[in-house]
Amino acid sequence: MTTISSGTGVRHDRAPDPGAGPGRVRLAAEQVRLAYDEHVVVHDVDLELTDGSFTAIVGPNGCGKSTLLRALGRLLRPAGGQVLLDGRAIARTPTREVARVLGLLPQSPIAPEGLTVADLVARGRHPHQSWVRQWSRDDESVVAEALAWTDMAGLADRPVDALSGGQRQRAWISMALAQGTDLLLLDEPTTYLDLAHQIDVLELVGRLHAERGRTVAVVLHDLNLAARYAQRLVAMKDGVLVASGTPAQVLTEELLADVFELEARIVPDPVTGTPMVVPVRRLR
Amino acid sequence: MSATLERPVSGLRGRTAVRIGPASVVLRWRQLLVSLIALVLLVVVSALSIGRGDYPVAIPDVLRTLVGLGDGPQNFIVLQLRAPRVVVGLLVGLALGVAGALFQTFARNPLASPDTLGITVGASVGAVAAIVLTGGSSVGALLGGFGIPLAALSGALVTGLLLFLLAWRAGVDGYRLVLVGIALWSAGSALVDWLLTNAQVYDAAAAYVWITGSLNARTWDQAVPLAIALAVLVPLSLAAGRSLDVLQFGDDTARGLGLRLPAAQTAVVLLAVALTAAAVSAAGPITFVALVVPQVAVRLTGGSRPPLLASGLLGAVLVVGADLVTRTALPEALPVGILTAVIGAPYLLWLLVRGRRRFT
Amino acid sequence: MTTTADAPARSGAAPRARRGSPRARRLLVLLVLLGLVAAAALASIAIGTRSLAPGEVWRALTDRHPTDEAAVIVQQLRVPRTVLGLLVGAALGMSGALMQGHTRNPLGDPGLLGVTAGASLAVVLAIAYFDVTSVSGYVWFAFAGALAGTVLVYAIGSAGRGGATPITLALAGAALSALLYALVRAIVVSDTQTLDSFRFWQVGALAGRGSEVAWQVAPFIAVGVVLALANAPALNLLGLGEDVARGLGQRIWLARAVGLAAITLLCGAATAACGPIAFVGLVVPHVVRALTGPDHRWLVPCSALLGAALLLSADVLGRVLARPGELQVGIVLALIGAPFFIALVRRRKTMAL
Repeated sequence: MTTISSGTGVRHDRAPDPGAGPGRVRLAAEQVRLAYDEHVVVHDVDLELTDGSFTAIVGPNGCGKSTLLRALGRLLRPAGGQVLLDGRAIARTPTREVARVLGLLPQSPIAPEGLTVADLVARGRHPHQSWVRQWSRDDESVVAEALAWTDMAGLADRPVDALSGGQRQRAWISMALAQGTDLLLLDEPTTYLDLAHQIDVLELVGRLHAERGRTVAVVLHDLNLAARYAQRLVAMKDGVLVASGTPAQVLTEELLADVFELEARIVPDPVTGTPMVVPVRRLR
Repeated sequence: MSATLERPVSGLRGRTAVRIGPASVVLRWRQLLVSLIALVLLVVVSALSIGRGDYPVAIPDVLRTLVGLGDGPQNFIVLQLRAPRVVVGLLVGLALGVAGALFQTFARNPLASPDTLGITVGASVGAVAAIVLTGGSSVGALLGGFGIPLAALSGALVTGLLLFLLAWRAGVDGYRLVLVGIALWSAGSALVDWLLTNAQVYDAAAAYVWITGSLNARTWDQAVPLAIALAVLVPLSLAAGRSLDVLQFGDDTARGLGLRLPAAQTAVVLLAVALTAAAVSAAGPITFVALVVPQVAVRLTGGSRPPLLASGLLGAVLVVGADLVTRTALPEALPVGILTAVIGAPYLLWLLVRGRRRFT
Repeated sequence: MTTTADAPARSGAAPRARRGSPRARRLLVLLVLLGLVAAAALASIAIGTRSLAPGEVWRALTDRHPTDEAAVIVQQLRVPRTVLGLLVGAALGMSGALMQGHTRNPLGDPGLLGVTAGASLAVVLAIAYFDVTSVSGYVWFAFAGALAGTVLVYAIGSAGRGGATPITLALAGAALSALLYALVRAIVVSDTQTLDSFRFWQVGALAGRGSEVAWQVAPFIAVGVVLALANAPALNLLGLGEDVARGLGQRIWLARAVGLAAITLLCGAATAACGPIAFVGLVVPHVVRALTGPDHRWLVPCSALLGAALLLSADVLGRVLARPGELQVGIVLALIGAPFFIALVRRRKTMAL
C-alpha cells in the first residue's frame, strides 16, 4: 500500500509493505525528528526495515535521506522520536553490540594513508575482537572469504588510496561484509562512480542481499538503478516520507511530478522489467 | 593448550597470529624489529653517554657498575652523576615519542604535536613565571629542584585541559583541536615573551635556558617521579592502541565499527597531555621529538599510523643521542633541546623533499 | 576601542538598484572600517601617559614650532608611532589575507611561513655578531631574514612530489621555524647581552621605534600593497581550485609568485619594524570574510584597514591597561586574539575556507 503526501500531512497506513521481506522488523525509526543546530531536517518519520529486505531511499537533494540513514545507523541522535534495533532503543544499546549487528558505509569514507586493502577489510573485524582475541581463526577465514567474494583477493596488497573509485568502494563493501553484520546501511555508495562501476557495486550489494540474506538499506540518487535493484523504495521530500512500496507502486508519474518536479514517462526496463523513468522535462 | 602460529591471508603479510586456545595475539614483525633495533641502540647510546665526560668510564665498567659491581669512584660518577641524567633523557624521549604518536594519529595530521598544540608552551609559561616572579636565578637553585618543575607541570596540565575543553563540542574534532592548539600556542608564546621582558636580565637568562630544554643537573629527584608516571601512562597508552586503529578512520566509520568515540577521544588526548606534562616538567620543552619521531617511526615500520612503542623508543634514542653529542662533540655544551631540533628538522625537511608519503 | 566583530554590516542599506545589497553592504563595511581606523588613529595620538583632549591634539598637530610639551609628545612620539602602527597593521592584515587565500588554509598566518623565524634569526645574528644595537639597524637584517625564510619554506614545500599544498607548506614552515628558532636559542642562551637586547625586540612592540623606522619600511610596504591589490582578482580564481583557475586562463605560477612577493614584502617589513606580532594576520581575514564575503578584491583592502585599526587599538589598550607603564602590543593582541579565534573556531562545525 502506498501513501502519498499531498504536501499538507502524511496519511500513514500501517499495513505491511508488500515489497518488504517476510518477518520481523529489524530496524525501525519511530517518529524520528532530526535537526542540525536549530534547523529541522527530518520531520517525524516512521520507517521500518524488515529482515532480509532491500530498501532504497530516494528523493531530491536536501530531502533528508542521508540524514535519516545516519540516524538509523546511530550516527545522529534524534531530536525527537527514537530508533529501534531489534526492538531495543539503539541509543541505549552499547556501540559495540550495535556494530556487530549493524554496519554502515558512510558517504566518501576516509581511509588513512598507507592502509592496504587487506588491512581495511581486517578492520571490519574490530567489533568482534578484543585485547585477548586479536586475530582468531574466524577473523582469518571471514576476511579471506570477504576478499574472495568481492573479487578483491588479487588487490589485497595494494594501498586503498591507489585504487580506482570503483575498486575502493568494493574494498569498503568487503570490509562491511567482513564485519559480519545482519544489516547494512550504505549512504550513496554509487555517487562519483561511472555507470559500469555503479552497476558493479549494486550487483555486489544485490548479491549480499540475495545470497547472504543481509538486510540492506541504500540511499541512492539514480531512480532507475534503485528500481532495478531494490525490492522496496522509500521516497522522501523536504524531510517527510511521502511514499513507500515496491518500485512499481512508488514510481508513478504523479509522484515524480510531486516529489522530483519532473515530468516523465514510466516505461518497463527492457532488460529487467522494473519501472524505468524517462524524463521529459522539468516542471516548475 | 598449544600455541599455533599461522601465516595470515595475503595483504596481511608481515604479521603472525599466535593462538593459545581461544586467545590470540598478533605480532607485527617489522614493528618488532624496529623496536628491537631501537632498544639496542638505546642501550648502546646510553652506555656511551654514561661513560663520557670529564672522567671517562669504559663501557664494560659502566655496565658492571650498573649491576652493582663497580668501585667507589665509579659508583659515584655513574650512579649519582651520569645515570640520572641519561635516565631522565631516556624517559623524556619515551614520553614525547608516544605523546607525539598519539596526537598525530588522533588528529590525523602529521603536524599535530604537543609543541604545535601549545602544551609545552603552557609548561613554559608556568616555569618562566616561577623563575621570573620569584627571582629564579638566586633563590631558584633551591626552588628549582622542586618549584619550577611543579610550575611547569601545572602549566602543561592546565593548558592541556584548556585545549581539550575548548576543542570539545560533542566530541573532539581533529581539525578543531589543531586550530585551538595553535591559538593557545600563540597566546602562550606571547605570554612567555612578555614575561621575559619583565624580568631581570639574569632571571631572563635562566628562564631562557629552561625553555630551551636541558638535561643539565638532572638528578634522581627528577628521574624517579618521571619513571613512576611513565610506568602508569605508557602501558595505558599502549592499551589505547586498539582504539587508535579505528580512530584513524573518519568519525563515522569509527563509530560504525563499534568504537565509543567520546570516551576514546578523551582517553587519547588526556594520555597524550599527561605524558607531555610529565616530560616537560622534568627537562623543559625538548622540541621536535614529538613532531618528528612518530613520522620517522611510521616510515620505518610501514603501516598506516605511527607505532606507539617504536615511536617511544626512537624518541628515547634521539634525546639520549642528542645529549651525548652536545656533551662530547660540540665545543660548548648546548642544551639538548637545541640539538634535537637541529637533528630533527633537517630530517623532516629531507623527508618532505623526497616526498615518499603524501600528507593528506 | 577594539573593533572586530561588533561591526556587523547593517543591511539597512536596502537594495536600491539591481546592484543591490551585497555591494552596498561591502561599501558600508569599507566606510565603517575607515571610520574605525580614523578613530583608532586619533585615540593613538591622544591617549597615553599624558592624555590629551581633542582640542589640544589639534593644536599640537598644527603647531609649526613645537615648544609646548604636548606638541612635542604628539609630533615626535605619538604621530610616528601611530603612522608606524597604521603601516604595520595594514601590512599584517593584508599579508594574512593573501596567505590564507594562497594556501586555502584557515591557519594561514605569515608567521607560519618562516617569516618570523627567519627575521628573528637574522636579528639575533645582527645583535650578537654585528654589534647592531638600534632598531633601525635591525630592520635590514630582519627583512633579509624574513625573505630568506619565506623562500626556503616555499622551496622546500614545493620540492616533494605533488608540489606546494597547504599541508606541505605548513609543515615546511613549522619544521623550518623550529630549526631557526633552535639556532636563535643556541645563540641567545650563551650570550646574556644578546638576550637582553633580543628579548625586547622579540615581544613585538610599537614603542621605542623612532620615525626613521617607519620611513625605512614604508617603501617596501607600499610596493607590497600594490602587489597585493593586484593579486586579489587572481586569488578569487585560485580559490576555485588550480584546475578551474587554469581553465579560466589564470597563469598559476605568476599569481603565486606575485602573492609570495607581496606576503614577503608586507610581513617581512612589518616584522622587521616591530618584531614578531602574531594574530593580526590570522584573525583579521576571518573577521573581514564574515563581513564582506570571500571576494578578495574587497577582502584584501578591508583586511588592511581592519589590521591597522586592530593594531592601533591594541597599542592604545596596552597604554591604558598598564599605566604608567605599558603592555606591548604583541602581548595585548595575543591575549585578545586567542580567545577570539577560539570562539570563532567553536562557532562553526568544521572549519572550511
